[in-house]
Order: sequence, then C-alpha cells, then structure tokens
Amino acid sequence: MTISADHTATDPAGPAAAENALTEAVKKFGITVEDYMLPARHQIQMVDPDGRLKPESEQGTQPGHEYPVPGDKELLEAYERLVVGRRVNDQNSALVRQGRMAVYPSSHGQEACQVAAALCLSGGDWMFPTYRDAVAVMTRGVDPVQVMTIFRGDWHGGYDPLEYKVGIQCTPLTTQLLHAVGVAHAAKLRGEDTVVLAMCGDGATSEGDFHEALNFAAVFHLPVIFFVQNNKYAISVPLAHQSVAPSLAHKAVGYGMAGERVDGNDVVALLAVLDRAVKLAREGSGPLLVEANTYRMQAHTNADDDTRYRESAEVAEWRAKDPVNRMRTYLTDRGLLDDDGEARIAAQAEAVAAQLREGLGEDVPVDPQELFRHVFTEPTPQLKEQSAMLADELARDAAATHSKEAGQ
Amino acid sequence: MSPTITTSSEANGNVSAATARAAASAAASAEAAGPQPVTMAKALNAALADAMHADSSVLMFGEDVGMLGGVFRITDGLTATFGEQRCFDTPLAESGIVGMAVGMAINGMRPVIEMQFDAFAYPAFEQIVSHVAKMHNRTRGTVKLPMVIRIPYGGGIGGVEHHCDSSEAYYAHTAGLKVYTPATVADGYRMLREAIDSDDPVVFMEPKKMYWTKDSVDLSELRRLHEEGTTAGRASEGRAAVARPGTDATLIAYGPSVPTAMAAAEAAALEGRSLEVIDVRTIVPFDDDTVCESVRKTGRAVVIAEAHGFASVSSEIVARVQERCFHYLAAPIRRVTGFDVPYPAPKLEKYYLPGVDRILDAVDDLQWEN
Repeated sequence: MTISADHTATDPAGPAAAENALTEAVKKFGITVEDYMLPARHQIQMVDPDGRLKPESEQGTQPGHEYPVPGDKELLEAYERLVVGRRVNDQNSALVRQGRMAVYPSSHGQEACQVAAALCLSGGDWMFPTYRDAVAVMTRGVDPVQVMTIFRGDWHGGYDPLEYKVGIQCTPLTTQLLHAVGVAHAAKLRGEDTVVLAMCGDGATSEGDFHEALNFAAVFHLPVIFFVQNNKYAISVPLAHQSVAPSLAHKAVGYGMAGERVDGNDVVALLAVLDRAVKLAREGSGPLLVEANTYRMQAHTNADDDTRYRESAEVAEWRAKDPVNRMRTYLTDRGLLDDDGEARIAAQAEAVAAQLREGLGEDVPVDPQELFRHVFTEPTPQLKEQSAMLADELARDAAATHSKEAGQ
Repeated sequence: MSPTITTSSEANGNVSAATARAAASAAASAEAAGPQPVTMAKALNAALADAMHADSSVLMFGEDVGMLGGVFRITDGLTATFGEQRCFDTPLAESGIVGMAVGMAINGMRPVIEMQFDAFAYPAFEQIVSHVAKMHNRTRGTVKLPMVIRIPYGGGIGGVEHHCDSSEAYYAHTAGLKVYTPATVADGYRMLREAIDSDDPVVFMEPKKMYWTKDSVDLSELRRLHEEGTTAGRASEGRAAVARPGTDATLIAYGPSVPTAMAAAEAAALEGRSLEVIDVRTIVPFDDDTVCESVRKTGRAVVIAEAHGFASVSSEIVARVQERCFHYLAAPIRRVTGFDVPYPAPKLEKYYLPGVDRILDAVDDLQWEN
C-alpha cells in the first residue's frame, strides 16, 4: 500500500509531509505501510503467566513487529517498581477503608502497565495520566504524597506538572490526550525531540476526544504514544459494549498510525513494545497506539460493587496472570533476584507505604483564601470582593468563638 | 520555513526563553500614516500579524484559517507571512483545536485559535469548561494557559441556523475564563493584542456583523502605543468605556449591541433626552465602577444585549447595578434583549434583535416625571 497523496499541501510540516515521513519510516522494516500500521496477528507476550520466557517464535512478533528483550538492569528496576506500585495500591486502598482518604481508583493488577509507561520515557519526555495512573506518576519520580493530594482532598492536584513533565491526573476521559498532542506539537515546532505518552482506558476509546486526539497526532505527524490500558471494564460496562473492533489497537490504522497489542501483565513485553514505540516516535515515525491487555482486579473505586457485574471466577482467572508474581519467578529463575534483593525491594516498598501513611494521616491545614488565589493570574475586583467577604465571615466566626471561650 | 519558534517568555517558560521582539513589524511600513478608514476585520488581522511578529510563540490555527484566511478573512495573509507552522488549518474538530491549544500553552506557546462560528464552538465546551478555565486553578497557579479562543458571534448577518448565536453567557458563567468583546475598530486591535498578551485564557467574542464596520483609525499609532506598553494604547482589561456621554439615563451594552445603543442615543437626543452609552468591553472581568458611576449619575438604566434575556449576561448586569445603585435609581432597570427563543431564521431576525425603537420604548418606560 502506498499512502494516497491527493492533498495539495506543500509545506514541509503539512499532512503530505506526514505521509511521506511515515512511508520513509516504514521502509526500514521491509513491510508495507498497511502491515506496519496493523497490529501483529497476536499480542506480544514474552514472559508467560508462569514466569517462563517464551521461545522467540511464540512471542507474537512478526516481520516489522520485532521486539528485543530489554536488558537485565531495566528489568530489575521494573520489578522493583512493580513491587513498590503494588504496595502503594494496597496501602492507598487501606487508607480509604480507614477513612483517611476519600477515594482511590486502584491500579491493582495493572502495575506492569503503570511501571512500563513511566520507565520507557526519558527526562525530557511528557506523560499525560488518568485518575487511575497514580503509580505511573510516582514511577515517573513524583513524590507519592504529592500525587495523593488529589485524593486527600485539600486540592485538585498536588504536584507541579511543569517540573515533572507529567500532566495533572485527568478525570474527564481522554480530554488529556489532546493536551498530549499539543505538548508534542509545540515541542516539534521548536525542533525538540520530546516524546509524549498519553494514557487512557478501554472505555475511554469511545469518547470523541480519543478520535480527535489520534487524528490530530497522525495528521500533524507528532511523536505521541497513545497507551490504552484495556482493563476490560469501564466501571461496570464490559469492553464488548464499547467496541466491536477486532482489537483496540486496530483502531490505529484508521488514523494512519501503527498499532500494537501487548500482554499488559507482562512487564517485559510492555517495556519491549513501549521502548521501541518511544524510539520510533523520537526518530520521526509519528504517533503509535499501544493496547495493553490487562485487568482491573478490584472494583472501580471503593464506592463501586463489582460483584454486581462480574463473576468471581473471572477475577480468579486473572489473578493467575498477576504481573508481580510472574516477574518475580522470571527474575529468580534467571538468577537475577535472590532473597537479599527481595528483602531490599520489600523494605523500599514499606518505606513508600510509611511515607503515604504519614503524609495522608496528617491533618493538612487548608487556607480558605486559596479559593480565590489561582482562578486567574491576578484576582479580578469581583474575586477580591468575595475574598474580603469570606475573610470577614471567618473573622466574625473567630471572634465569636473567642468570646464564647472567654465567657466560660 | 525553518523552525525559529521559541517558548513564550511570559508563561510556562520551561525552555530557555528567547522571545523575539520585533521593534517594528513589516506590516507597519506598508501602511499610510495617520488615521485611515479601517474595518474591524482589518484591525483584528493587523493585531494578529503584529502579535505574531512580536512573539514567535504566538500561533494561529483553526478551520480554514490557512490558505483561505478564515471564512471572515480575519487570518488573511498570515500563512503567507509566517508559514504553515505558525498559521495553519487543523482537521475539522473543535474539541481537538481547543485541546491541542491547551497542550501547546502548557508547553510554552501562546496559541490563538478560531472557532469558525459561535455555535460551532459547542463541541469544544468540555475542553473549555473543564480544562481551559480550570488548569491554572487545579495546578495551584503553576500552569498558566496563555491562549485566546476567538469566536465570531451574534446575528444581524442573515445567517442560517447555528451561525448567529450569542454564546457569551456560557463562558462568562465559567469561573476562570476572561471574556472580551470589542465594539469599535480600535478596540478590536487593542483588545485582541491584550488578549494575546494575557497569561490567562481569554474567550474573544467578535461581533460578526461588525467585521465590515469602518472607523477612522491609525493602526500604526495603535501598534506603537501597544508596543510601548503605555496605558494610552490599551483598552485596559476590566475597563468599560463611556462610548457617549449623557446625563438622563444610561444604556449599558457590549459587542454588537453598542452601535445599536449609540443609534438609540442619537435618536433620543433629537427628542431632547441625553443618554449615556457604556460599552462594557470586557464582560469578565466586569467593570462595576464605570457602569455604576454612570448609573448613579443618571439614575436610570437600560441594559441591551442580543442574547436571550433569561439567565444571561444582561441579567447579571442588572443584578449588579441594582445591588450597588439601588438608592440612586429613579426607576427599575430595564432590559432589551433577544427573546427567549432559538435564534430565528433570517427573515425573522429583525423581530428578534434589539433595535433602536425597542430601546427607546424601554427608555420611555423609565418613570420620567414629566
């Protein structure tokens, strides 16, 4: 397939250029553009649920869709982050049960996706996460307590997106994918080699902004990786009600970008696929769509009851595919992980959990005047008036409390 | 065109800022000196071109804004002058346009985007309300969004449905958005440049029926004043204008209703009534002081707007004036607005739009003593 070029645009940055660049990029694989865009026939899986490295011929790779196994150092780091991520998820859920946090959408079971999404990026790259991606944000290096500020309830976000190059965790579905596209576009216009990874779930692929973001990224030929964690449920609604496409990765070809499916509980395969996607995007191959086949092991949040819409047998089936256990077995069998290593990693996970308990146990003072501080860069006269009104209310409350105390 | 695009120095400057400030733009030298008849469209176009000359992080994009120069020609010549990297067409997707602009603003640019018509902006509503308006607040002021959403709005052009809405209330109601709407050619230039300079997101509502209105304007002088940064060259955000001084009653209007109010004041003058006309200019932030000063002086007021009256910007203005000027009022404040019906078909719009007669009727109702 040659990409049709019936556009008249001639600018080097225009859509025709995007098509040419893609055709060029695909040449090195010796396959057609169509075969490049379509996902490999099977999902990429390198380590099976029992922790065994699969023979190369059974990894799902095919010409143009080849993935070298990542290096040991990267895999060990990934395992460490997996263990920490699992501990973070479980600690946060416990804090919700104890009433110390309002809500926590856990990524328990999806930690391999969380870890790989962060580890595949370089320091200058950007990540745009959703509300369920707290572990990915922490893996990117953001302070765990700052990440949890949104769920602690003292502000909407706790970290500086510009400092970490991580968008604020986004609640409205897929709206952040367009922000990712804009960040990548700005970087490209300045000639920077920034790659942007934009995250969403399977349900979110039904949203209009998903379509608009993928199309914009493809038309402007931007280095964006759309990373879809297909965890099978949008709160209660199963994937079959969202899409009847052969796979979510197949949506890529409709936009003119490459798609790939990967076992989302196999961090080895995830890193292999995402590392290559980042490399390709950075080299100018345009955007890519990666669908990770995973499972949301727990309810949507503590407010949800998943027994109303799925069978426990299904959950049990996925428990056997756990990403942490699988990696532990694999690394131990390869002699890369021993009891000392395990103990060290466990201690690290405990330290992060303690940090969360401490940080979220604290009663953080809130400043009512902060309500007005950030609406605009400078408060309007109307906001100043309202701020003075609130200050007066609070002063009168304080005076009343004071006189009551004095009278006792 | 080679990428000479740099990060805005004013906002989110996470890359070494090297904003190119051109002392005088190329456009300036081509202009005749002194005041000339200039259309609103030309003034807006000049403001965009000058802002793009002054700061390479200013980008313009939307639907048909490239080769065509926009359906109203507001972006005419910008692609030819600045290249397709800085003024370009996007796929037809308004949410995509706004959402991409958010990302660009996060990453050091100052995007200006065009929504082709008022009612075509609605697909972008979620991006505008949930992200554009809230980003600075959500991030405790760490992320600024210096972006301008240009929206041609209002009726009076005989447009078919979905081309004539007055949608300002949606944006004005949303905390975190500034809403500007110029009513003169000079303000078209000044306010658009201020909007682009603003580190806050601005919804810039352009009265489309006034695009071809001509005023005698000295664009090079406006440019010079803007670039000097003197207050004389500034419409100044949050400052309403006394468009016509008067003593008997105050007409409060904005955007496309200002010329209607001016015509009404002229007609009233022939009948011996002196009406002051206030041009609101920036709906957000709203200039309570100028509006209330006028109403306290005249003791009577009529608010005029094309938009439906119910739950509207005009309701807000009445409420604010009443709260602040009650004891100065000789009569209840009246409103002359569009009826609470969907914007009508072209042959019916003359019955819908506030006109001079309807304004004068409202003025007549202000409980005059003799």
